[in-house]
Formats: sequence, structure tokens, C-alpha cells
Amino acid sequence: MPGASWGFKKMYSKVVTFFVSFLIWTLLCFSLDWQHILIGGLVSSVVALMMGDMFTDYPKKWFHPRRYGWFIYYILVFAWECFKSNIDVASRVLHPRLPINPGIVKVKTCLKTETGLTFLANFITLTPGTLSVDVDPENGYLYIHWIDVKAQGLEEASKIIISKFEKISKEVFE
Amino acid sequence: MKFFRWLLGSVFLAGTIIFIFSYLKVGPQAKLMLYLLVSFLLSLFRVLKGPTPADRAIATDIFGILVIGFCAILAVYTGRDWYMDVAIAWGLQSFIGTLALAKFIEGKNFDE
Amino acid sequence: MNETIALIFIVVGITFDLFGCIGLVRMPDIYNRLQASTKCVTLGTCGILFGVLIKFGFSAAGVKALLCIIFLLLTAPVSAHALARATHRSGVKLWDKSVCDKYKDDKDALS
Repeated sequence: MPGASWGFKKMYSKVVTFFVSFLIWTLLCFSLDWQHILIGGLVSSVVALMMGDMFTDYPKKWFHPRRYGWFIYYILVFAWECFKSNIDVASRVLHPRLPINPGIVKVKTCLKTETGLTFLANFITLTPGTLSVDVDPENGYLYIHWIDVKAQGLEEASKIIISKFEKISKEVFE
Repeated sequence: MKFFRWLLGSVFLAGTIIFIFSYLKVGPQAKLMLYLLVSFLLSLFRVLKGPTPADRAIATDIFGILVIGFCAILAVYTGRDWYMDVAIAWGLQSFIGTLALAKFIEGKNFDE
Repeated sequence: MNETIALIFIVVGITFDLFGCIGLVRMPDIYNRLQASTKCVTLGTCGILFGVLIKFGFSAAGVKALLCIIFLLLTAPVSAHALARATHRSGVKLWDKSVCDKYKDDKDALS
């Protein structure tokens, strides 16, 4: 019965929203007084009742522990790539002759969900020399501004830029 | 001409940093904040000069992110916790303002 | 010991901020400016906030610094992406010596 399963999904989504907003409230207050917890519960439940079904589309994914393990690995790779990209960009900026070779290339991705595409675009923006300009979610194309163009074709550019991150993003968000 | 501009800019930067480092008689914490003020000045230069409106929007966005770091340094060296609240609120407002500026540059209505 | 490590992180963060703003002034094109400044300034400010986290430890202000790092890493690429897309759609050209522009080719083919 489609209607019943849809209502069930909305309830799951509200529960997830409640827990996430309550966690953020507790971290911001950082005291376990009963007044703070009471107000936080009230405000979180109001937020969950109002905006619960807009927060996540697939609420059952929040209950898989395997995804959290992959998420820690994602954060480690992310930090290392971010540091490398900063060294790269700083050396380019401080070089007297400004060694850049920019252009906009097009790559193809196999991610489908909106969350996966968003995090892939964030990852691309903070990794060496690339900045995502636009997303075409129906066909799975990403337009990327590249500060040092090494290959202009679709397959070569996809292989160089996103093949490493795509696997991790797929494990975490799909 | 290009070489002259490059020389002028590097002399200005090196002069400012050497002035802060050796001649100014303030404590080391205030020196850190003055180094951050050099980058505020550079982003304000882009706001003044930028040829297109998008340049100014980018410089404003970068200015907003720099203010977060400034509030964090203030929170360390004055020992007052509420500067972190100011940093979080400033970050939220700056993000929403940048999105509104992007919509405006694109030439659309805000509800689209 | 803690104070020294926090000071090292803060100094590295301020240096990256300065590099990002030099890139904002020096780069020839709006997209290159966006790249240099967004990357360097985001990591520099995260370095300063991480220094604050080490200095204050796991207390109220330290946890706020951690939340601010997460928030900044989520929102700074999104605003850069929105500004790049809006700039390209409003008709600003790339730099003269750019290699290729596949986005403009696709838009011309559609219309």
C-alpha cells in the first residue's frame, strides 16, 4: 500500500530531524541542566513537526553503522586532499609568472541522489585546482573549472578528477 | 609596467609586515590581529577595484569568512566565550547574504 | 605545551588567509580568483578555529569552534558554487588565455 509506506517514511524523517537538532542544541548549550534540556526538547519537536519531511529523503540510511565507518575514512581523505590543494594553490599564487592554464571541462558521474551530488561537488571544490560550476542531475554531468587543464575529453577528465572520490561518496551516501 | 606593479605590491606587503613585526610596540597577540588586518585590506581593495559586480560579491564573501577568524582570535586573547557566538551568527548571516547576492547577479527573482 | 600548539595552528591559519587574499588580488580572472581565495581562506580560518579548539579544550567555547569548523566546511563550497554559476549565467567571459569552455558550448547547442 503506497500511502501507508509514505506516512511511515515521513515519521522516520521527523525522528531523524528531532535527534539531529537536539544534538546540535546540546552541543551549543553545553550544559546538562534540566531547563536547557526541556527547552531544547520543545524547540526540537516544534522544528521536527514543521520541517521534518524536508530534511532527508531516505531516512533509513541514517541507521546503518557501516556508513559511519566510511564517513570517518571520507573525512580523513578530505582533510589530506584539502591540505594538498592549499599548498598547490599557494605555490601558484606566489609564483612570479603565475603558472595557470584554466578552462571549464565536463565530467560524468554515476551518483544519482541529491545528497551524494552535493557532497561530491563540495569535495571537488576543496580538492586541488578544481571548482564545480554547474550540475546537470538528469544525465549526471558536472561542469568543472580546472586551474590547470591536463585533458579535455570526457573520459580522461572524469578519470583524473573524480574517480577516486566517487567510490567513497557512493559508499557513504547511496 | 607589469613588473613595476608587481614590485610595488611586494614592497608594500613586505613593508607592512616588517613594520608590524619590528617597529610597532604592542603585545604579540595584537600583532597577530594586525597580520589578519592586512588580508582585510587586500579584500577591501578587490571590493573597490573589481570590474564586474561578481568580483565585489566574491570579495564580500571572503570578508565574511575572515571576520569569523578575527572573532576566534579575539575569543582566545580576551578569554571571553561569547565571541564564538558572534562568530557562528556572523557565519550564518554571511552565507545567506552571499546566496541572495548570487541570485541577484543571476538576474532572477528571490523565490525561484 | 597546549598554548604553543594552538599558537602554531593560528599562525599557519593567518598565513594561509594572507595567501588567499593575495590570490584574490593577483589572479586575472573571476573564476581563478574564486578558486584561490575560497580554498586558502577556508582552510586558513579552519586552522584558526582548530587552534581555538586546542586552546580551550573540550569546553563550551571549544565545542562552538568545532561546530563552526563543520559549518564552514559545509557552506563555503556551496556559496562559491552559487557565485560561479551566477557569474557564468550573467555572461562574464573567461580569461583570454583559457583553454576550453565546455559549459558555454553546451549552452549554445541547447539554445
